[in-house]
Amino acid sequence: MQLNREALTRAYRQMKLIREFEERLHEEIQTGEIAGFTHLYSGQEAVAVGVCEHLTERDKIVSTHRGHGHCLAKGCDLEGMMKEIWGSQEGLCNGKGGSMHIADIDKGMMGANGIVGAGAPIAVGAAISNKIDGPDENGKLAVSIAFSGDGACNQGTTFEAMNLAVVTKAPAIFVFENNHYSEHTGVDYAVGTANDIASRAEAFGMKVWRADGTDFFAVYDTFREVLEYVRTPGNGPAAVEFDTERFFGHFEGDPQRYRGDGELDRLRAERDCLKIFRASVTGAKLLEDVDLDTIDTESLKAIENAVQASRAAPRPQPENVLDNVYISY
Amino acid sequence: MAKMMYREAIRNTIFQEMQRDERVVVLGEDVAGGMGTAGGPEAIGGIWSTSTGFYDAFGPNRVIDTPISESAIMGAAGGLALAGKRPVAEIMFADFIGVCMDQLWNQIAKFRYMFGGKSVCPAVIRMPVGAGYNAAAQHSQMISQFVTGMPGIKVVMPTTPEDACGLLRQAIRDDDPVVFLEHKFLYAMSGEVNDDPDFCIPFGHARLARAGQDVTIVASGMMVRYAETAADDLAQDGIGCDVIDLRTTSPLDEEAILDSVEVTGRLVVVDEAPPRCSLATDISALVAQKAFASLKAPIEMVTPPHTPVPFARELESAYLPSPAKVAAAVRKTLEYR
Ligand SMILES: Cc1ncc(C[n+]2csc(CCOP(=O)(O)OP(=O)(O)O)c2C)c(N)n1
Ligand SMILES: [Mg+2]
Repeated sequence: MQLNREALTRAYRQMKLIREFEERLHEEIQTGEIAGFTHLYSGQEAVAVGVCEHLTERDKIVSTHRGHGHCLAKGCDLEGMMKEIWGSQEGLCNGKGGSMHIADIDKGMMGANGIVGAGAPIAVGAAISNKIDGPDENGKLAVSIAFSGDGACNQGTTFEAMNLAVVTKAPAIFVFENNHYSEHTGVDYAVGTANDIASRAEAFGMKVWRADGTDFFAVYDTFREVLEYVRTPGNGPAAVEFDTERFFGHFEGDPQRYRGDGELDRLRAERDCLKIFRASVTGAKLLEDVDLDTIDTESLKAIENAVQASRAAPRPQPENVLDNVYISY
Repeated sequence: MAKMMYREAIRNTIFQEMQRDERVVVLGEDVAGGMGTAGGPEAIGGIWSTSTGFYDAFGPNRVIDTPISESAIMGAAGGLALAGKRPVAEIMFADFIGVCMDQLWNQIAKFRYMFGGKSVCPAVIRMPVGAGYNAAAQHSQMISQFVTGMPGIKVVMPTTPEDACGLLRQAIRDDDPVVFLEHKFLYAMSGEVNDDPDFCIPFGHARLARAGQDVTIVASGMMVRYAETAADDLAQDGIGCDVIDLRTTSPLDEEAILDSVEVTGRLVVVDEAPPRCSLATDISALVAQKAFASLKAPIEMVTPPHTPVPFARELESAYLPSPAKVAAAVRKTLEYR
């Protein structure tokens, strides 16, 4: 299905916002103003956006430690996220969670997660809930999506979640983002089914798909099929593996000694989902460079505004430590 | 004696024990680092720099870089130990013990007793604990309360580089499973370390970090540093504190605590774990039970509130104990009438 101009513009804007969000954080973190551990999503935008552009607020996602892209793509408020990362009282989680724990349940975003592999079982629980709620008037189920990395696919929790989803026929979708690294370790070493995660999901009895995660259209079109399948009552879960790249270190501050010579330059030149998108839509005369340039400018502006707002936003007070608990000691 | 950082004391002690005893093996995530990458093994040497150079020196059989699989790491440590090896496993952050609790609690901790004394399980499980880095709720926790409450496990919380060395060597040579809790804030602290290659510190013997007659402060790990700072400040005002560094929370040096409280009659317990069912409550109960007659004031506990660890700087510092909070608690016991 050909995307119309509006949908293309929207997809590009979403990807660009994520990219600039992360590039700006990369800068800001070096000044020491932002506290904590931050894992940037730059390079993987086409996955989050290619998946989430298909979803409604009824659909749920569970994210990872590298969650900013998933959050933005699922509709979390950009400024609320930035403020959260800044640790402000006005952040999406009132400064309690920070980068690794951003959540917005009303938007169907059930949390980034600091524990690798923790997300998949939670997504299956939400998928079972979707099944209990039953199909909508069009006969389609809401789905729940677990984003997992190539590293997370080695956790027992991920295996258990896949099997549980299969035996309960839960409308869960396991989205594996294979960016070839888990921290400082290569996927060829850590994943016994060398560089192939989807085959694991298949072995659990699921239908699986694979696509190039740096090509928005490959992600988008593949995911439409996945979704069509999982939304149909009785089919149960599915998995999809996207081959993608991370442009920064594992966390901000990672010296990345595990990378090959010139690896990052090559990835930024050849495997950048934004460049690939631009080349593809301008080549096919679907959008003009000027349209995209305008979005670039607007995105930078939006990020700048969010940063300024975060700097000025009220800080939490010591007594706020005791908010959101049922005791006072 | 040699001056080194806490993290170096840990790294060097494991390295020396690996040289000395072929049965000692290391396992954990990124303990080599760079496996399967262009940079090659040892591209990291452990994210805490506590296993730098191990892979090159001892190779993949004895330096096992694992996928992200805490249950398998913990369980394999148990299996290696039952099979006669002396594993030193690293759980990258103590918080991740949640993923592999069964292998520790139902397996490793219970083998010796449950098998009627017919096995030993000489596994060391190292993990960094504690807050202070704004790493939020799942990368900042103190877990001493869980492991100290587990029969079968010995629990070590070293404060100084020298103690890290002597207690870790003891842990590796010990036939029982040991959980070794390293506070992230201590890694970069330096101190003199006894370089005798057989230097061990026996478990169950507290260290008197400061001596004074007025108040007893009991602490472990990083909290000892806060207690020391508080004691030094209070000393300026003529208030003398015994600061007891527990070193091991299991076995517990009851005698050191009780002897001190019998002299001072006042107790402050500092603990980074939440306030319920913790070391703080445990030690308070011990003193209330066995030194009741010596007490001149209610026992004070300096702990975080009963909440997860919050992210924002302001919230985390409100959450954590501090030297000022310790000093205030000491004064409170002295002001009691
Ligand atoms: C249970 C647990 N173990 C280890 C870690 C430390 N850790 C954080 S992210 C990460 C690598 C995850 O790799 P992957 O799943 O591929 O995600 P990516 O970082 O590539 O997005 C590790 C080991 C953790 N947070 N939780
Ligand atoms: Mg990865």
